[in-house]
This record gives sequence, C-alpha cells and structure tokens, in this order.
Amino acid sequence: MVHAFLIHTLRATKAEEGFCRVLYSCFFGAENSPNDPQPRSAERDRLLRKEQILAVARQVESMYQLQQQACGRHAVDLQPQSSDDPVALHEAPCGAFRLAPGDPFQEPRTVVWLGVLSIGFALVLDTEENLLLVENTLRLLARLLLDHLRLLVPGANLLLRADCIEGILTRFLPHGQLLFLNDQFVQGLEKEFSAAWSH
Amino acid sequence: MLLLLAFQHGMGSRLEVGAEELGRFCARISALLEAEDWGPDTLDALRRLFLIVAATKYSRRLDPACVAQLQTALCSPRCPERLQLLCAAVLREMAPSDSLSLSCDHAQSARQLGLVASVLLAQGDPQQVRTMGQRVMKVLESRQPEGPSLTHLLPVMSKVASLAPDALPEEQTKALSKRLGDWLRYASVQQGAAHASGGFFSAPRARQPGPVTEVDGTVATDFFTVLSTGQRFTEDQRLNVQAFSMLRAWLLQGGPAYPSATDADDRSELEGSTVSVLSAASTTSHLLPPAEWLREKALEYCQRLLEQSGRRALRKADSDLQKACLVEAVLVLDLLCRQDPAFLYRVLPCLRALRTRLCGDPACARALLPVARFFLRHGEAAAVDADAVYQHLFTRIPSEHFHSPMLAFEFVQFCRDPLLLLGSNLDLLKTSFPNLFKFLAWSSPALTSEFVALLPVLVDAGTAVEMLHLLLDLPSLTAALDLQLRSSQAASERPLWDVSVRAPGCLEALRDPQAQGLFQQLLRAKASGTTERLTPLHQLLQPLASCARVVQCAQAVPTLLRAFFAAVTQFADGALASRLALLLLERSDALFQVEGYEADVHRVLSSQFPALCKLHPQLVVEQAKELLEFVGSLGGPSGTGYMLTSVVWAIGEYLSVSWDRRCTAEQISRFFEALEALLFEVTQSRPSAALPKCPLQVITVLMTTLTKLASRSQDLIPRVSLLLSKMRTLAQSPAVGPVHSEDDLGAVRTRATELLNLLKMPSVAQFVLTPSVEVSQPRYHRDSNTALPLALDMVSRLLEREASLLPG
Repeated sequence: MVHAFLIHTLRATKAEEGFCRVLYSCFFGAENSPNDPQPRSAERDRLLRKEQILAVARQVESMYQLQQQACGRHAVDLQPQSSDDPVALHEAPCGAFRLAPGDPFQEPRTVVWLGVLSIGFALVLDTEENLLLVENTLRLLARLLLDHLRLLVPGANLLLRADCIEGILTRFLPHGQLLFLNDQFVQGLEKEFSAAWSH
Repeated sequence: MLLLLAFQHGMGSRLEVGAEELGRFCARISALLEAEDWGPDTLDALRRLFLIVAATKYSRRLDPACVAQLQTALCSPRCPERLQLLCAAVLREMAPSDSLSLSCDHAQSARQLGLVASVLLAQGDPQQVRTMGQRVMKVLESRQPEGPSLTHLLPVMSKVASLAPDALPEEQTKALSKRLGDWLRYASVQQGAAHASGGFFSAPRARQPGPVTEVDGTVATDFFTVLSTGQRFTEDQRLNVQAFSMLRAWLLQGGPAYPSATDADDRSELEGSTVSVLSAASTTSHLLPPAEWLREKALEYCQRLLEQSGRRALRKADSDLQKACLVEAVLVLDLLCRQDPAFLYRVLPCLRALRTRLCGDPACARALLPVARFFLRHGEAAAVDADAVYQHLFTRIPSEHFHSPMLAFEFVQFCRDPLLLLGSNLDLLKTSFPNLFKFLAWSSPALTSEFVALLPVLVDAGTAVEMLHLLLDLPSLTAALDLQLRSSQAASERPLWDVSVRAPGCLEALRDPQAQGLFQQLLRAKASGTTERLTPLHQLLQPLASCARVVQCAQAVPTLLRAFFAAVTQFADGALASRLALLLLERSDALFQVEGYEADVHRVLSSQFPALCKLHPQLVVEQAKELLEFVGSLGGPSGTGYMLTSVVWAIGEYLSVSWDRRCTAEQISRFFEALEALLFEVTQSRPSAALPKCPLQVITVLMTTLTKLASRSQDLIPRVSLLLSKMRTLAQSPAVGPVHSEDDLGAVRTRATELLNLLKMPSVAQFVLTPSVEVSQPRYHRDSNTALPLALDMVSRLLEREASLLPG
C-alpha cells in the first residue's frame, strides 16, 4: 500500500544554501489504523503528518547527496537542461531505504526515491511491496509531472498548479493504487489528461 | 537551481497572508463558488487557496462558509473536474480537521464519490471510513454493465479493504470477488473502438478495431492481461488492469476467507490428500464459490503473465513492465499456494521453468528474489530446485550486481527474511558474507542500518575471525570494487566508478600475479577459512582512498564493528576471544589509509579489547609474549595512543594470580621492565614531526599499571617509587612546559603523588590495586565507600594530615 507521495527540493551538496522544502505532498489514508481507540487532536495529527513528510524529504535529500558524492558527480557536472531536451530519467539517481518503526512513522515503512536535478520525488510504502512496480511508477509520475508542469523552465511555478498534479495522480496513482500500465495504456491516459486540461 | 529561486520567491510572496487577508480571500472564493462561476478566476483563486493551506504545517483557519462552499462544489453536478479536484485537494490538505463535515451521501456520481473518499480517508475517522466503504460497495454491486464509474471506485475499495478489513459485509465482499475474477479472465480481446473524428472533409468511417496485441507486436494468443496492448482500451479492459493491480492486496486482506487459509499445520495434510487435488483441478465449474473462483482466475492470469513476460518487448517501458509483472505474478502465486496448498502441484512446473530462465538472464536479477522466496516457503515440495536458486543467488548475483542500489536493498531485505534462518540455507547465508559485504561496501549509507540488524545472524564462531578482518578491510573492498569496474566496464557504458578520481598506475600494478592473487582473495564470494594478509594491496589501492565512496564506507565501519562485537561476545569462548584480541593488536596498524579511518577504528577497538579481556581474563597471561611485543615494538605510541592505553590498562587489570594461576612473578617482572622502558621513552623523547606528543592517558595509565604490578610483586616497589618521584619532578620542571598543558602536568603530579602515598602502605595498595573478583559486582561500585578514586583520595589525605586519625 502506498501511504504518501511527495515532491520536494533537492540541493546537490550540503554546502548549498537553503533548506529542504516539501513542494507537494499527498497522504493516501490516515496513518493510524481506523481501529485506533486513542483520541487525538485533529490539529496535532495534521502537524505530525506534515513533520513526518518533511523528515522523509530530508532523509531522501541526504541519501541523494551521498549517492551523488559517491559517484563523483558534483553540481558543476549537471548539464543545464533546456526545456526541449528529454530528461534522461532512466539514468536519474534513485534508491530505497527503510524507516524503522517510530522513526518517523509508527509502523516500519520503505521509501523509494528519484532525484531529477533539483527536484526529488518519493513514495512512502509498506515494507512488502513490488519495488519494480514502484520504481516504474515513480519514473512515470516524474516524467509526466516534468512534462506537463514544465518544471525545468525557469519561472514555472509548480506550487500554483496543484490541479495539474492532482489530475495526473488521479489517473496514474488513484488513491495510492499502483497500476500495471503498459506503454500504450499510458499514452491513452495521457491523451485524456491533456485533452481535459487544455481548455 | 532556478526552480529553487523561483520557489523561494513564490513562497515569500504567498506565505505572508495574514488572518484578515485570508478571511477576505475566503469570502471572495465563497462568492465565486456560490455564483457558480467556473471561469479562470475561480481556478486561479482555488490554486492560491491550496497553496496557502498546504504550504504551512500549522492549520490555517478557513471561514466555515468557505469550507461549506467547497464541499458543495465538490458534489455539484455542474462543477468541472479541474475545480472539483482542487476543492477536494484543499479539503484533503486541511484534514484531519474538526471543521470538515463532508459525508459520502452528498456525492452524486461515482467520480465525486471517489473525490469525497479521498478527503474522508485523509480525515481518518474510522466510522466514516466504514460508512464510506459500505456506500462504495453498494455502488459497485448495483451497476450492471461496466460504466466508467467503476474504475473510480475500485481503488477506493482496495484502500478501505487494507485499512479496515472488517468494515465490509461478507456477502458483498464475495460478490465483488466473483466480479474481480470475471474481469480478470473475461475482458474483451478486441481493441477499443475509435471515436469518429469527423473532420471537415472526411466522412465518418466505421473503423473495425483489431484484436489486442502482445508486447512483441504479435496478435494476442489468449485472454487479455495487463501485458496486452492496443490503440485504445475498452472499459472492461481498464477494469482488468485495475483488478490485477489490486489483486494481491485483496487476496491478502479484505479478500475471501478460506476456511483453513491461516492454518499452516494443515498444509502437509492437504498436500497429500487426493480430494483437494481433484477439486482444484475442476476449472470448468462455475459452481465454484466466489473465493475459489477468484483464486482460480488469478492462477490462470499469473500463468499467462509468466508466459507473456518471456516475450521480447518492442518498447523499453513495456520491458520494464514485464519484469514488474513477473515479480507480481510470482508474489500472487506464492500467496495462492499459501492460501490453498492444492495449487502447489500446478504452480511448481511453471516456477521451475521460470527459475531456469531467470538464472540465465543477468537483466532479471531482481526478479529472482521473489522466486527464491517462493521456494523458501514451499520448499518441501521442491527441495532440489531451492538449492540451485540459492547457490546462484548468493554466489553470482552480488558479484555482478553490487552497484545497483535497488537490487542491493531488495537483496538485503531478502536476507532478513526469518524463513531464511531455518534449515540449511542459514549456512549458505553465513558463508556468503564476503559477497554480501560487497553491497555494503558499495552503498554504505543506505545499507549500514540494515547490516547492523543482519550481523547477529551472519556472525558465526567459525567465521568470526575472517569476518572481522573483512570488516576492517571494508574500505579497501570498496576501492577494489571501484578498480574492478574500471578494468571491466566497456568504454561505451556509463561509468559506474568514481569519475572524479583518477587512478593512474593502479590497473597496471594489478597485472602483477601476486597482486592479482590478493585482489581475487579480497573479492572472493565465500568465506575461505584462510586469512591472508592483504596489506600489500593497501598500497596498490592507495590512490583510490580519496574516493567519496571509500570515505563513506570508512565512516560506516565503526558502527559495524560495534554491532559485530555486540554479537560475537554473546557466544565467544575463551579461544575465540583470545584470537580476536590478537587480531585487534595485529590490525591496529595495518589499516587502509583513509582520512580519519585509523583514529575512528582505534577508538572502537580500544574499547573492545578490554571487553574481550573481561570475557576471558586469562588471555593476558596466555598471550603474554604477543602483548610484550606489542608494547615493546611501538617505541612511542603513534597517533592517538588509544590501543596502547587500552592494552596497558588490561595488563594492569588482569596480569595477576587472582585471574590466572599461571601468572608468575617472572612474568610480572618482564612486563614491568617493558612498561618502565616505555614510560621513560615517552617522557624523555622530544616530540617531533615523526613522533607526535604523547597523550596524557598513556602516561597516567603506564604509571598506574606499573604501580599495580609492583603491588603484586612487592620487591618492585622501590623501583616504582623512584620512578614515580622522577615523574613528579619531571612534571614540575620548566623543560616540559611547552609540550604539555598545565592541567596535564597537574594531573600527572597528582596521580604520581596518590600512587606514591598508596605504596607507602603495601597491603592497602594490594587491596586497592588488585581487587578481588567481587569488583565486577555492581554493588561494589554503587557503594561509594569502595570506589577506587575515593579510596586513593582518602588515603592521600589521611597520610598528609598530621592529626592522629591514623589507625594504630
């Protein structure tokens, strides 16, 4: 089961200025199982969720930085992308790590992440998932979001285009359901989405 | 970089929305929504509202009127999809919140119900989730022909089934199971019809859609699955995709309850019984109850997928999907066999064939893991096959795929599977640790915590020594793997090694046969039992020591060492403790030179050495010769002095008759002389570039240890008294001023004085410095009257006072 999807900023090295910020996050279902009898304040729950997501984002950023460092790739090496070049998503750094129970979620979770230039995408899952499918889905979502939101064009502000992100998620990860979509199927769904969003 | 700047600019201008301004904004939105203005203004306003609510972790109070309007718009039949999505998103971002009053009764279409469901699921109220689940179920079962509505609701169903399995009534669950089975097996095999595009000049032509195709372009040979493609898809084909996507979760959680599904003991009975074989073989009967119907169809679907995944896909994305489908099919088959063991007979042949296919294909390494897990669970029926899979898995895969982060992660998760700990597989796992460490050496940040959990399983009395050597050599293993990639990767491939570090001459140096032999030894796949020293390799690999990956590995090693020792001290006997202690001494100056590595390792080892001695105190006497050599050969401690301090302390602690009857006065004498010489050397020699300043702990521990030894062999007392007086004088002399700080010198003086005072009363000294075994009892230390420093202090004060408080 997918518990959350998030998009966040990625700094290439720790030395870079700024903080790790969550740009968009979506929870699919509450963390406590509905059978949880403890009364909790709604506001505190929301605050907790936001902080959990930020913790995940920070850890992804840290893993990304370590992986880039280990490959010997520095910020200078990253080619500036023009909006026309297809981003080589198959070569984008990706990885997975496990979150121990209590840190920060109650149950143990797995996080699969993908880093594309200065943006990170991550899925928070249960520990027994089909990671090949998760990886495919994450790359697909990243490709769709980069293409349709034109994230790499300077001035594009994804924060104000939440409807676009929602539209993509509704079709390709509905309620957190990972889908087995072959290429033609994806194209069909994408055409539908473009048509619905063009007017 | 640009995006980040744009983001920060964007954030700045939007976050400073005060409460009053927010109130005005909400009022504007309420007005727009109430007026049913679905134009670009509303879109823009809702986008901004989403940003305001989502951007902060603290809840923002929205006007109740505004919230009500959002909820109404969500369920309005006229509101366009885009705006409804935004309304749902805003409400979801607010959740959990007390101000939401959404209910699934308001939704008027399946799509709206889906949106409402996303908000209610985020809200997390168990009662609401239940009600919503029941409502969705009702909608699902009421529709006869499949309309687009069902595709919106199936994912909701799956989510509710995972979160609250008991929320759904059994009758309806069964009915849905039956339909899922139908969707899986009986979807149309014709492509979807194209809508007539109706251009200005073209007459609308009724185009006959052709049959669906396989991923390799040929016409479909059997029923429709997720690996069937076409230009357009029909509704039932979409349901087929969704049904398979949710199949495993449905079978696992909210799915059909087989009477003996959870009863593992019945498994062996059922496997032998002929009755269940017969019933499972009857695939034609539609009289199967829904649970079995779904399982039957799931089995056929997975078998078809296994066949389809062997085809050569025309598109890369489809080839990736094939692998994912392969994994999923095996996982579902595993689940089916667990729930109904009778399936095993039908499933084993395809899995055997699959195993053969996968072992020969390096691109499918990740898909091998679920196959291995399958054999692990259902091993009794397929014992021979299992061994072949594991052999391939543990000996070939890590050597060839250590550099793939996802495979590494999955492989290590597989190793932590509790089923692996049973039976003969455990031995194979344990002896394959050199191969497993390759994953660790390459991706240490991601895998260190996993290996800390895995080490207690891997550590074994037979391989502990070899494993410790390899752990200490882990950074050199990283460098060796990097070098291996440099030499073996084709020039056209994207380099996996560290491109920022050049290694001139390394590859050349590797041509030397002896170096090659050591290199292969380091990169071995299994525990070899021999521990050949790899120190010559360290020099060869030195240029690579500055690789970031090597440095990261070096930083992870101390944590791993601690985990190793925590595990090994649980079961180590005297002989093993002895060998490990010697290993520490030997390796402490034979480490790969990575920045900061030696100091970090010394810090850990110096705390482990006393722990080993505590486990087996006799090792000090047993290894007296080696210890003497260690102390004597240093000629002045290099670097941090951690190891020396710890060894000298251990000598002082355990070289006595109370710990080992074999300890002789002669031995004590020999050690005394060696330590005395060492003390002279460290205090007399001037620090230079080659010989750094001697750490204070070394001096004080030497003094204390010498005193301890003297207290046991009392004819040494005059010598040590002389030595201590000299130390005290030295610490006062101005000559040593610039080398040590005043505090340090003060400490030396104080300690020398305390020890001298103690030695004036030899029997007290013996009691204090050679305590009996009870010293290991906690009470001894909790009782503050018996703690050593206090005793020393008290004795000193007693002696210095002229008052007649001295007893007798």
